Amino acid sequence: MNISLTINGEERQLDVEPRRTLADALRDDCGLTGTHLGCEHGVCGACTVQVDGTAVRSCLMFAVQCDGSTVRTVEGLAAPDGTPHPLQTAFASEHALQCGFCTPGFLMLAAAALEENPALADDPDGLRELLTSNLCRCTGYEAIRLAVRLAAAMRNTGGT
Amino acid sequence: MKPAPFEYLAARTCDEVIGALAAGEGETRVLAGGQSLLLEMNYRAVRPVQLVDINRVRDFGGLDVVTVPDSGPWLCVGPLVRHGRFEQQVEAGPLGRLLARAVHFIAHPPVRARGTMLGSLAYAHPTAEWPTLAVTLDARLDLVHEHGARTLSADDFITGSFATARRPDELLTRVCLPLLPTATGVAFVEHRRTAASFAQLAVAAALSAQDGVVADARIGLAGTAARPTRARAAEALLTGRAPTDEAINRAAAASVGVVDAPDDPHAGDSYRRHAAEVLVRRALMQARDDIAERT
Ligand SMILES: Cc1cc2nc3c(=O)[nH]c(=O)nc-3n(C[C@H](O)[C@H](O)[C@H](O)COP(=O)(O)OP(=O)(O)OC[C@H]3O[C@@H](n4cnc5c(N)ncnc54)[C@H](O)[C@@H]3O)c2cc1C
Ligand code: FES
Ligand code: FES
Repeated sequence: MNISLTINGEERQLDVEPRRTLADALRDDCGLTGTHLGCEHGVCGACTVQVDGTAVRSCLMFAVQCDGSTVRTVEGLAAPDGTPHPLQTAFASEHALQCGFCTPGFLMLAAAALEENPALADDPDGLRELLTSNLCRCTGYEAIRLAVRLAAAMRNTGGT
Repeated sequence: MKPAPFEYLAARTCDEVIGALAAGEGETRVLAGGQSLLLEMNYRAVRPVQLVDINRVRDFGGLDVVTVPDSGPWLCVGPLVRHGRFEQQVEAGPLGRLLARAVHFIAHPPVRARGTMLGSLAYAHPTAEWPTLAVTLDARLDLVHEHGARTLSADDFITGSFATARRPDELLTRVCLPLLPTATGVAFVEHRRTAASFAQLAVAAALSAQDGVVADARIGLAGTAARPTRARAAEALLTGRAPTDEAINRAAAASVGVVDAPDDPHAGDSYRRHAAEVLVRRALMQARDDIAERT
């Protein structure tokens, strides 16, 4: 099937089998391997991307369902001039990653959530609930939580 | 694993969906949120010949209060209402409050952004939140096929673990939940092994009070049998009485009568009975406090 979608601001035409998940289309057809696949059944969140601004599991959507949609992956998070997104800066400075396998998923999850509700960082229960969405085998989550809070603070003070 | 090949149809109208299900002779599946179906397809536990995607059907997002003569107001939910919608109270009364509390137990935000209430009912996981609430509240479900339609109570619809009365050519077009009287206290409690796993046991409770006594009690349990069940003996013990600690303890003890499940690696029969009693007590205490907080 032929589909067209906008990925990280760039319009793409793809010819995919209906059974191709969005995750596989991004990785194998578009070469965007920043989106990781851990479990392929919705549990780990490594594959989290944004479809029309909402964070979703790309292993639990077919690419054909995204015909006409806007998709954002970790490759589209930094500014066009290469300046890292506040979350990327904060993840680095808070040591919110070790092996980094889960990081693209956490970044896309948190970026969508902060865009929808910047006050989330000041709501401990809400932030905790958000971060239970994804799994990290390395960091123990506390550094990730602190990084999201720092990124929110950076946004609010106008920093990048 | 990756899903087996299938044909894909992005339907635009309800008639198109129903036509595809009729023509599919049991091999066509509805694709709603995909948050259970894709899992099963990734495991190749199911291999449908065709998927009919309902996500582009325009009038499937309905969420309205409908007043039915003689049976009062109902909240009616269409096939594309996603779980996440219920995080904000969709109705100002106790029903909206109960839905907003229960929804937080369903998976996590990215799954809630796609998964639907009707998809969850069609899937009928034995401890899923929406089927538990549907049985507890006596919800009614509308099923449509090429040559007609029928309405079933949740109790008749859910026939077992992952089993429903839906025939393969039938589309669930809506579920209607009764609005609860203002002076109703509600609670939803669970025991689960990890934050994002399905519950091991779940209890929903709604206590409607009048002049200090319980006028109507609803207690629903999941994880205690193949499908969610109401603890009717426990409900009867509370009805017409003040919801004192003693009455609640007796109801909680009586509710273990519904436990009828084989042992699993996490729980034998005595553990399950004990946990059910604890959760029912907790749910009833919370429901009682919920009435007090609002009156
Ligand atoms: C990691 C993870 C954790 C989860 N945890 C929970 C949890 O704690 N509690 C919980 O309740 N759920 C949980 N779920 C499941 C989730 O709630 C699903 O969204 C839900 O079970 C199915 O809804 P859906 O819209 O995604 O349906 P789909 O996956 O699209 O469909 C499921 C089944 O129902 C059929 N179907 C769907 N809609 C209709 C319709 N309108 N008419 C007829 N048939 C239909 C489909 O053909 C399919 O057979 C979890 C899922 C994941 C991935
Ligand atoms: S790969 Fe999608 S959630 Fe694990
Ligand atoms: S940094 Fe290794 S899994 Fe999260």
